[in-house]
Amino acid sequence: MAILEFVGRRLFWAIFVILGIVILNFILLRLAPGDPAAIMAGQSGATDPEYIAQLRVQFGLDQPLYMQLLTYIRDVAMLDLGMSGRQQVPVIDLIARRLPATLLLTITAYFLSLGLGVLLGVLAARRVGKWQDSVITVLALLAYATPLFWIGLMLILLFSVTLGWLPAYGMRTTGAGLTGMAYVLDILHHLILPMVTLGLFYMAVYARLARASMLEVADQDYIKTAVAKGLPDGRVTRAHMLRNAVLPVISFAGFQAGHLVGGAVLVETVFAWPGIGRLAFDALLQRDYNVLLGVFLFTAIMVIIFNIITDIIYTLVDPRIEVGR
Amino acid sequence: MKEFWQRFARNRGAVVGLVILIGVIFLALFGPALYPESPWRMTAPPFQPPLEHPGAYFGTDTLGRDIAAGLVHGARVSMLVGLVSTTVALGIGVALGAMAGYFGGVVDNAIMRFVEFFQTIPSVVLAIVLVAVLQPSIESIVIAIAIVSWPPVARLVRGEFLSLRSREFVEAAVIAGQSNARIIFSQILPNTLSPIIVMASLMVATAILLESAISFLGLGDRNLMSWGYMIGAARTVLREAWWMSVFPGVAILLTVLSLNLVGEGLNDALNPRLARKGR
Repeated sequence: MAILEFVGRRLFWAIFVILGIVILNFILLRLAPGDPAAIMAGQSGATDPEYIAQLRVQFGLDQPLYMQLLTYIRDVAMLDLGMSGRQQVPVIDLIARRLPATLLLTITAYFLSLGLGVLLGVLAARRVGKWQDSVITVLALLAYATPLFWIGLMLILLFSVTLGWLPAYGMRTTGAGLTGMAYVLDILHHLILPMVTLGLFYMAVYARLARASMLEVADQDYIKTAVAKGLPDGRVTRAHMLRNAVLPVISFAGFQAGHLVGGAVLVETVFAWPGIGRLAFDALLQRDYNVLLGVFLFTAIMVIIFNIITDIIYTLVDPRIEVGR
Repeated sequence: MKEFWQRFARNRGAVVGLVILIGVIFLALFGPALYPESPWRMTAPPFQPPLEHPGAYFGTDTLGRDIAAGLVHGARVSMLVGLVSTTVALGIGVALGAMAGYFGGVVDNAIMRFVEFFQTIPSVVLAIVLVAVLQPSIESIVIAIAIVSWPPVARLVRGEFLSLRSREFVEAAVIAGQSNARIIFSQILPNTLSPIIVMASLMVATAILLESAISFLGLGDRNLMSWGYMIGAARTVLREAWWMSVFPGVAILLTVLSLNLVGEGLNDALNPRLARKGR
């Protein structure tokens, strides 16, 4: 039952957030410069006022605002996000085509940062006050203060321009016609730089958090007991401390999902990674508001999904906690 | 005050941060006097590497504009956007957080759902969308950054208010018949100042990062030179001209780092009981 209640509550929250964003999008569309009917008319090359008035009726722009809002919500519920201004393609198709690349990037970066972050944090905590600890702390401080897009550019400068090890942009080698394993490896090769760029900042955040949390747990009585009864150091760290220390890190990781998805927009722009972030950047240049707001909606949906994944990981790590809590 | 400085100075990183920060502020205030010309003006041949052309110590960009002049003028924009947007965000966050924590119940519930909503949606994307819709200008950038950065303040202030609300001095004020507004502003709020100050210094840092990202994407104010814009404009020539992207990035890094360090120092100095372990 607890599971059902949990899923129900999550679903309710998800619908609440998505509805909020749809309403926000509607307001933003109204705020966007230009009369939508005039823009549509302009796109088809017509400018006479009669045609514009006709368009206005056709698209319900003569209706009162709340009616327009209801229509808009209905359209979005049926995944109709309007047409892209320039390309005259349904926005939903554009997003669907780009979504897999974004998912690949964010999910790999998420697990990379969580895994390496916790590892470094534990290492720092075990060597408190030694040089390893200082190095990790300083690196975390630097990663905290560096703009994400600039890290990406510097990595390109080092690994692509200077060393020539990794490709600087795109997702696959164009015109290589690779298939099977070679195709997958080619994508992974392209993935490394964007993934590391996006993951680096969060890795720093999680390392600091894991370090603080490990130090906190190390003071607990049951750890002293474990040490006193002669358990080897590594076992105390892994089996007794880590599991408890990692919990706050995981809940924070869920909390940070929004930033991760937002960061993906910047990283995709730098590396020309063909995901929805890059799509948003192109839409920005063309002031294509339908596409931009569609991407905004989907990033929020991704955040909600990340939150749910985080909850599941949390219960896997801590069996005491049932999801219904 | 002396005690405050002693505690602050015990954190060596914070002292280094303060020195850098004073340097940046000095640059923002007086730098434009060193480079009175517009940073958009062409002063030397384009694509000059650092130290190559007399006068352009940091090199020139693709249009022959002096990178050093851009850095100096960019400092002013970064600090301005960081400070103003943080002030606005503090205003929103303190007001909502104080109401939620003071009144509790339905008000608290409604405000906290609102806060959670804003914390769920990806803030960078929202800020970009807002600037794009409101049209790029320094005002819209400040508004967008403020709108995405107030929720943590509201959370913090609410928590402080919740715990102070039931203290005796507040109850005494209630019994004495003071108005709600009076109790909020003159009894409780002054007691929440130190965590708010610490958070504010970190918020300025985040705001500067966000501003640089917005300008990098080409949504900066057309009339103002900013570090993010310089990096964004130099992106396509990264291969040929590293200095155009490297120097503005280092400027952002140093400024944000100094603010973070100062924030940690303030935390040590203002909340000595909460000073972190293992340091």
